[in-house]
Amino acid sequence: MDFTLSKEHEMARALFKEFAEKEVKPLAQEVDETEVFPRETVEKMAKLGFLGIPVPKEYGGQGCDPLTYAMCVEELSKVCGTTGVIVSAHTSLCCDPIMTYGTEEQKQKYLIPLAKGEKLGAFGLTEPGAGTDAQGQQTKAVLDGDEWVLNGSKCFITNGKEADVYVIFAITGTVEKRGRMTKEISAFIVEKGTPGFTFGTKEKKMGIRGSSTYELIFTDCRIPKDNLLGQQGKGFGIAMHTLDGGRIGIASQALGLAEGALETTIQYVKERKQFGRTIGAFQNTQFQLADMATKVQAAQLLVYKAAMAKATQKVYSVEAAMAKLYAAEVAMEVTTKAVQLHGGYGYIREYDVERMMRDAKITEIYEGTSEVQRMVISGSLLK
Amino acid sequence: MKIVVCIKQVPDTKGGVKFNPDGTLDRGAMLTIMNPDDKAGLEAALRLKDQYDAEVTVVTMGLPKAEEVLREAMAMGADKGVLVTDRVLGGADTWATSTTLAGAIRNLDYDLIITGRQAIDGDTAQVGPQISEHLNIPVISYAQDIKIEGDSVIVERQYEDRYHVVKAKMPCLITALSELNEPRYMTPGGIFDAYKQEITVWGRADLKDVDDANLGLKGSPTKIAKASDKVRKGAGEKVTLDPDESVSYIVDKLKVKHVI
Repeated sequence: MDFTLSKEHEMARALFKEFAEKEVKPLAQEVDETEVFPRETVEKMAKLGFLGIPVPKEYGGQGCDPLTYAMCVEELSKVCGTTGVIVSAHTSLCCDPIMTYGTEEQKQKYLIPLAKGEKLGAFGLTEPGAGTDAQGQQTKAVLDGDEWVLNGSKCFITNGKEADVYVIFAITGTVEKRGRMTKEISAFIVEKGTPGFTFGTKEKKMGIRGSSTYELIFTDCRIPKDNLLGQQGKGFGIAMHTLDGGRIGIASQALGLAEGALETTIQYVKERKQFGRTIGAFQNTQFQLADMATKVQAAQLLVYKAAMAKATQKVYSVEAAMAKLYAAEVAMEVTTKAVQLHGGYGYIREYDVERMMRDAKITEIYEGTSEVQRMVISGSLLK
Repeated sequence: MKIVVCIKQVPDTKGGVKFNPDGTLDRGAMLTIMNPDDKAGLEAALRLKDQYDAEVTVVTMGLPKAEEVLREAMAMGADKGVLVTDRVLGGADTWATSTTLAGAIRNLDYDLIITGRQAIDGDTAQVGPQISEHLNIPVISYAQDIKIEGDSVIVERQYEDRYHVVKAKMPCLITALSELNEPRYMTPGGIFDAYKQEITVWGRADLKDVDDANLGLKGSPTKIAKASDKVRKGAGEKVTLDPDESVSYIVDKLKVKHVI
C-alpha cells in the first residue's frame, strides 16, 4: 500500500495551491464580508479548466481522476470555503449527473459548456419540507404534449442565481412499491431564463457567504420533453448517486478548511507572545496542534480513499459517507480550536480563522447531514 | 515556425540554499522552481504559438530531476522537451553551460531561440548571449515585447530610461525579462498529458560540435573561491530625531565610515 501521490498529482496540487494563494486568498475576506459571488475568480477558473476536472476531454473537460478534482476543492477551500463549494456544487452536482445519466445530445448541449466553464451548474433537490427526507418532495412535473410542466420550489440551492444549468428533481407520478404507493421522482435539466422559472429570496448565511444560495421557483415552467435526465421514475436513485459523489467534494472542502485553519494557527502561535514567550512554546498549544494535525491527516486519507474509490468502484457510498462525516467533524473541531488558540483575535472578523469556523459548520449539514452519513455507514454494517 | 526555449530549474528562494563542498549549489537538496525570466520567455513563445501556430521545444540542462521543469513547461503548452544531463556536464559555469546548450540546439530546427535574461541563482545574464555567439546568430537581449513580421522579429529592448526597437532576421536569439508578461498557469489536464509524453534525454555524446575542454566543471574558466549563504544582518540602529538633527546624524555616520 503506497500513500505517496504520483508526480502528476503533486504537480496538480502545486497548480491549485498557487492559484488559490494568488487569485483566491486575497479576495476571501471581502467575499465573505460583502456576500458577493466571486464571478471573476470563477471566470479565471473556467479558463484553466477547473470547472471540468473529472469530465472527459471529448466533453470539454480535463479528463482527470476524482482525486485531482478533490485536491482542487481542497486547495481552494484552504483559503476560501466559498470558492471551494462553487466548484464542488457545479462539478459534483451538475456535471456529474449529466455525464453519468445524460443522453449524447444532452452531453453535447449541456456538459460541454459546463465542463469548459462557459456555463455554471446547480442542483435542486431540497425543498422547504424535504431536506433529509428527500422523498417528501412536493415539486411536480406533468407531461403535456412535448413538454414537461414544472410547479413547485426548491430551497438552499448553491450557485442559485449564478448558475445557467440546473438539475432539478420533481414528482412525476406514484408507483406501487412493496404494496405501498410511493412517489415517483424524476430528474430534469432546466435552463436559466426558461419562462416560469424564477428566483425567490437570497439566503443570508452564517458561512460560505459569497456562494449564491437562493430559492428556485417553478410556476408552470415548461421544459422540452427531452430534458428528462435519465429514465422517468429513476430520479431518486440519480439524486442519491449524485450525492455520493458530491459528498467527496464537500469532504474535500471540509478538509481544506481544516488544513487552512491549522496552517494559519501554526503561523500565529509562532508569532504571538504571552508571558515573555511565543504561545507555541506552551505545552497546551503543542498538544492541541498535534491533535489537530493528526485528525487532519486522518481526514485527508479518508477523503483521498473515497476519491480513489469513485475512480475504481461502481458503488462508493460508504467511503464517501465516512470521508464526509469525518472530514466535516474534523473541520468543525479544528477550526474551533484554531479560534481558541487565537484567543480574542480569533473572534475578530479580520482574522481568517473566524471565517473558517463559520464556513466549516455547513459541511456537517449540506449534501447529507452527519446524521445521514451515520445512517449510510451503519446501514451497510447491519444489512 | 519553430521556437526553442531554454529554461532552468533554480532554487526556490523560499527554501534554504545548500552548497556542495566545491562551492557549487547542491541542486538535488533544494526546493526548486522554473527560473522566472525563463518562464516569461516560455510564455512569450507560447503566445507566438497561439498566434502563429509555432512549435515550441523546451530545453534544459541539469540533473535528471530537472525533468520536472520540462513537464511543467509542457503542462503550460510546450510541445516537446529535451533534457541534457550527464555527469561530465556538472558544475558548469556560463561558458560551459552555453557550450552545452548550443551543442544540444544544433540538433534542433529553430527559427527563434528564447532564453530568460538571467537566472536567479547565478544572476550573470551571460548564457543567452553566449549561445547566440556559439550558433553565430543575432541576439536581442532584455526583450519586453516581441512581434513577428515576415521572416523577422521586432523586439522592444528595455534600456534603462527608454527602450530600443530592434528588428532582426530569424533565426535569432532573444533574452526575455520577467516583466515581459504574466506567465499562464498550467491546466490540470495539461499536467497529466505532459507526463504521458516522451522527453528526449541527451548526454555528452549527443552534443554536436563541442569540445570536451569546454564542458562541465573542468571546462569552466570561472573558479569559485568561496560560496556562502547570505549572512543574517543585525537589527540595525533605530533613532528618533527631528528631520534637521537626523540629517546631520546620518552625515556624521557616513563620514565615520568614510562613505563621504
